Amino acid sequence: MAKYNNHILVCGGTGCRASRGEEIVANLKQAVADNSLEDQIQVVRTGCFGFCEKGPIVKMIPDNTFYVHVTPEDAGEIISEHLVKGRKVNRLLYIDPETSEHISDSRHMEFYKKQIRIALRNCGFINPENIDEYVARDGYAALGKVLSEMTPEEAIKIIKDSGLRGRGGGGFPTGLKWEITNKVKGDVKYVVCNADEGDPGAFMDRSILEGDPHSVLEAMAICGYCIGGSHGLIYIRAEYPLAIQRLKIAIDQARSLGVLGKDIFGTGFSFDVELRYGAGAFVCGEETALIHSMEGLRGEPTVKPPFPSVSGYKGKPTNVNNVETFANIPVIINKGSDWFSSIGTEKSKGTKVFALAGKINNVGLIEVPMGITLREVIFDIGGGIKDGKKFKSVQTGGPSGGCLTEKHLDIPIDYDSLLACGSMMGSGGMIVMDEDDCMVSVAKFYLDFTVEESCGKCAPCRIGNKRLYEILDKITKGNATEEDLGILRNLANVIKDTSLCGLGQTSPNPVLSTMDNFMHEYLAHVKDGKCPAGQCKDLMMYVIDPVACVGCTLCARVCPVDAISGDKKQPHIIDTSICIKCGACMAKCKFNAISIQ
Amino acid sequence: MAKVKTLDDLKRMREGLQSKISLREKSDHPEKIVQIKVSMATCGIASGAKETMTYLIEELDNRAVEAVVTQTGCMGYCHSEPTIEVHVPGTDPVVYGDVDIKKAEEIITKHIIGGELVDGIIPAAYKTPNEHRNEK
Repeated sequence: MAKYNNHILVCGGTGCRASRGEEIVANLKQAVADNSLEDQIQVVRTGCFGFCEKGPIVKMIPDNTFYVHVTPEDAGEIISEHLVKGRKVNRLLYIDPETSEHISDSRHMEFYKKQIRIALRNCGFINPENIDEYVARDGYAALGKVLSEMTPEEAIKIIKDSGLRGRGGGGFPTGLKWEITNKVKGDVKYVVCNADEGDPGAFMDRSILEGDPHSVLEAMAICGYCIGGSHGLIYIRAEYPLAIQRLKIAIDQARSLGVLGKDIFGTGFSFDVELRYGAGAFVCGEETALIHSMEGLRGEPTVKPPFPSVSGYKGKPTNVNNVETFANIPVIINKGSDWFSSIGTEKSKGTKVFALAGKINNVGLIEVPMGITLREVIFDIGGGIKDGKKFKSVQTGGPSGGCLTEKHLDIPIDYDSLLACGSMMGSGGMIVMDEDDCMVSVAKFYLDFTVEESCGKCAPCRIGNKRLYEILDKITKGNATEEDLGILRNLANVIKDTSLCGLGQTSPNPVLSTMDNFMHEYLAHVKDGKCPAGQCKDLMMYVIDPVACVGCTLCARVCPVDAISGDKKQPHIIDTSICIKCGACMAKCKFNAISIQ
Repeated sequence: MAKVKTLDDLKRMREGLQSKISLREKSDHPEKIVQIKVSMATCGIASGAKETMTYLIEELDNRAVEAVVTQTGCMGYCHSEPTIEVHVPGTDPVVYGDVDIKKAEEIITKHIIGGELVDGIIPAAYKTPNEHRNEK
């Protein structure tokens, strides 16, 4: 076997691939061959490094140099400079925004300093399409240990003691769920992995499946042993082609290695995994709807109880866990429950993966210990708000979550503290908003999403959310009254209390949390007919300050609808009845004479 | 692919595979392990730095010494190529000149494992202007 002196890790996540990551791999391999270094340098395609903002990312091992924004054209220079001559390619190094210094080692970047990687331990480290690399990282050792040395009850106890809670959003204790499913009698039991990640802006589960698919397979087999089931099903959305492809490769490799299939580790225990594809409906992330979808029925939820643990897929006891939850399991078995529960807060143990998105400098995937504050996540790891703007709000928990403000920034993040302030952990989407975002419009955006995604089975969700959306629309158009605000809140509460499943029970959260935290913006729309953030076009009016205007005619020339008139060197006027509020005039004006009112 | 039939099978398999990624694991905490830099400019390569480097990597691996060996650019000691810098955690880095395979063996045995300096050190007598100023 060739012994490589250098490894070049290239991010093979969906994001970096979209930025020509595959070409980078090909060109690096070519450049290695051109320099006759094939036996010394290994080019490895890994999973997501997380720092998507700076992608595509190439990491040089062993000196840990972290190249950012790499293009396929840089490949030759990386090989000839870094590897042949031993000089770093400075122009591809990360530049610290605070000090403007080049940082070559990712361990010294603010983005990585506060992260602890458990679920993402192998993402950006191993080749997800090579089971050997997973085994070298203690892969399948937890499964072997559980099967050979423990009873199901003993293994469940470790998971229970670790304090692990469901990472899909609900936060139900995982060990307890396993114990319940274990105790239910049944000839056939199923293990289901919920990979129907539907929150806008969330990509935690996808990245784990793309970067470390074996960890999920291993955990599902462990779960199967614990609950007494030998069938595993992964419900994954068809929109995740790369994750599906890597899962298929992983399943094949695991079967040929004998860690999936019959008589695993010679213990007589058999377990195998199949994929089931979802069509991308948000409601199918709800476990009962997910199960119906897998059965070939409409993706609609049913009343719980009975819980899937008692009667799930095909009426059999079924244990449903989320991807990230599963990814934690092998490490907990290997390192013990005490180790895991030493991380995090009193009631929320371990770490959580978040997808940072929105108006934040460092968009990407992070894993942080529970109990870290939003401020640390947004300003230290996330690098603060884009373009030096002011922070306004952060939306956690996707369409089911809420918008938190400045005053919540120092609250330690865990399941219970987020619920207490009107949001929720959710699956881990975190969307940051700045002063230019109108909170009524944000609420409207999420309602638009839930109206679209409501399955229509129960009236509060189907009809109520539609009405919520209409009232919000009315507000953004300046046609609402104060009475409407009262109706909005009442209706939101009714939908929350009476909907059948999690979708309807949480869909009013963006409305309620923005009303709680940004009532002044609602009032400004309703009472003054103004949108403070200047986003609601119907409430905006572009006006020219006659004093500042020098009559250069530039604005009149860029106006696409000829709404601006005026003689040369005379103040111009905007005809608001024609103006389409595109903002082109304001962007062009060199004298700051045009403003929004 | 041969099937693993027992936990011991898996453990054996893992041991065999560990070297595939050990380089990556080591680079997560390079300050805790022995770091060796081999000067690999044209003069170094012409004097046999490549052979020295390959030997260092293989021999350290054979003796199970946790170490990271990297190539670096010209150190400026073209008169004494191949040159290497040895940095054992907790001690100052030391530069050796004229490191052929025999010398490399001695450095591994005596310096890295034994903890005593051996002949062939290039004296680092120079100091930067800043260091001088700090001393005053």
